[in-house]
Amino acid sequence: MLTTVLGRQPLGLAFAAPYAVFLVLIFAYPVGLAVWISFHDYFFTAPGVAVDRPFVGLDNYTAVLGDPEVHKAFLNVAVFLVINVPLTVVLSLVLATALNGAVRGRIFFRVCYFVPYISASVAVVAVWLFLFSNGGFVNQLLGPLAPDPSWLINKGLAMPLIALFVTWKQLGFFILLYLAALQNVGKELYESAAMDGAGKLGSFMNITVPGVRPATTLVVILSIITGANLFTEPYLLTNGGGPNGASASPVLLMYQRGIEQGNPDTAAAIGVLLMIAFLIIAFVNKRFLERD
Amino acid sequence: MAQVTADERSVLEEPAPPATAPPQKVSGRSWPRTVLLAIGALLFLFPFYYMLMASLQLKPDTSVRGAFPTSGFTLDNYRSINGRVNLVQSLVNSGIFTGAVILCTVVLGLLAGYALARLHFRGRGTLFAAMLLVQVIPFQLLMIPLYVMIVRSYGLADSYLGMIAPFAINATAVFIFRQFFMQLPDDLFSAARIDGAGELRILWSIALPLVRPAVLTAVLLTFIGPWNEFLWPFLITKDADLQPLAVSLANYISSVAGRAANPYGAILAGACVLAAPAVALFVVFQKHFTASDIGSGVKG
Repeated sequence: MLTTVLGRQPLGLAFAAPYAVFLVLIFAYPVGLAVWISFHDYFFTAPGVAVDRPFVGLDNYTAVLGDPEVHKAFLNVAVFLVINVPLTVVLSLVLATALNGAVRGRIFFRVCYFVPYISASVAVVAVWLFLFSNGGFVNQLLGPLAPDPSWLINKGLAMPLIALFVTWKQLGFFILLYLAALQNVGKELYESAAMDGAGKLGSFMNITVPGVRPATTLVVILSIITGANLFTEPYLLTNGGGPNGASASPVLLMYQRGIEQGNPDTAAAIGVLLMIAFLIIAFVNKRFLERD
Repeated sequence: MAQVTADERSVLEEPAPPATAPPQKVSGRSWPRTVLLAIGALLFLFPFYYMLMASLQLKPDTSVRGAFPTSGFTLDNYRSINGRVNLVQSLVNSGIFTGAVILCTVVLGLLAGYALARLHFRGRGTLFAAMLLVQVIPFQLLMIPLYVMIVRSYGLADSYLGMIAPFAINATAVFIFRQFFMQLPDDLFSAARIDGAGELRILWSIALPLVRPAVLTAVLLTFIGPWNEFLWPFLITKDADLQPLAVSLANYISSVAGRAANPYGAILAGACVLAAPAVALFVVFQKHFTASDIGSGVKG
């Protein structure tokens, strides 16, 4: 009787319970709370103070959707994704393929590629700030070709530079994912292709690329998650989404609106919109990449 | 989704022969590959080299030749950043934050991973589905409600507890443990049960010793999360004595960013201190950061 209600090993419930409780407290409840806040006139109060927070329907959403700064932030993420996603997929697949075939130095290269991924964003942002500053190393290297105004204060270059930074920082992780996927591509496919006279490029395009397609879906989705999460880079690298909002991200706006300016309701509305946009893109991407 | 198993881990570690060409062609064709890999390595490592070099120069030279200094090495920048942010206190805070998160993640993750892999109980499928769902919700999107809950409702601003709570569980660790527990043979568990061992005993004395590598991997992977985390501790700590190093360094960077003469030397010295522990751990334990471990984490 008890077995049918609780399952064969009810102790599993006890083992999983602390995890499940945290899952509810830290994920499920906050998601609900975010949606609730976004439909109410919400403001911060001291702990324990009860105040009236009237239901305002879609007011917060209309305010957010009519805000040019919000439009710009979402557009900035689009720019970020257009640069970051293809670059990430191509570079990580090419480097993973090269690494997979390498005879010597595999471990050395693996370590090199992974170091940016495991380093703190704040630390590597610091060195990029220095490298790409006005009189910095990169501009010195470029000499007369250096952009004016410089990278981080240039409206057209700030966001692409952030996209480049994130690509560089995350690439090692994606190389490792592709490296694992490449182990599942049959060696005999390459052998028969070589027998049929296919070149290296040919077998890369016709065997490797389709062979790792499931991994590509994952890489694309994880890159999009990174894009939706963008905060530290615009906050520190371009000094709060500058110049003039050219590199502001939705999460940065959520921080500025919600916490700096004390409007958690509009910030929550931005968060909900971002979540919806992300789910739509992830769904379309899954459909698009997984059809045969 | 193609599954990667532990067997393939060994494949990744071994130097596999090139799949595309017969052996006699290897020597002639392998140099473009090596050049490509070397250029990649240079681009990945150069910023770290530059960070270290500039942190050791009193007045970092930004010219191209200045990237290869031969003299003038000094630790002054480290003394200077230590004067601006309390390095020791910040490192202690980072350590407490990271240590507590690792402890919670491993303990809760082991229990949940074991239950999901080896025990049949009601709600197992639901819990697993919920975990998969959680992975696609970016943490940053929960920033506002978590801030409201932890800072405003519970009054946990400027406390270690408030800093740690949102990171106490980690789906990646659960997936790693579940994966490893599932690979253990069934007979092992039925034999122990016949002998009358309780589940807690089986987990502690039989399963746990066998998944020790998974524990190490989970600890290493969990370490880089809180150690590098910036947004959440930044939101909830205003008291400089409680800020982890990532936060105090970031506050220092943004407070001097507007000035004409940026003290990059001191900033980069702080960056080296912040980056060093994670990089050192990774280099020492690099073979535990394998694709399949991470892959099992993100793929389930």
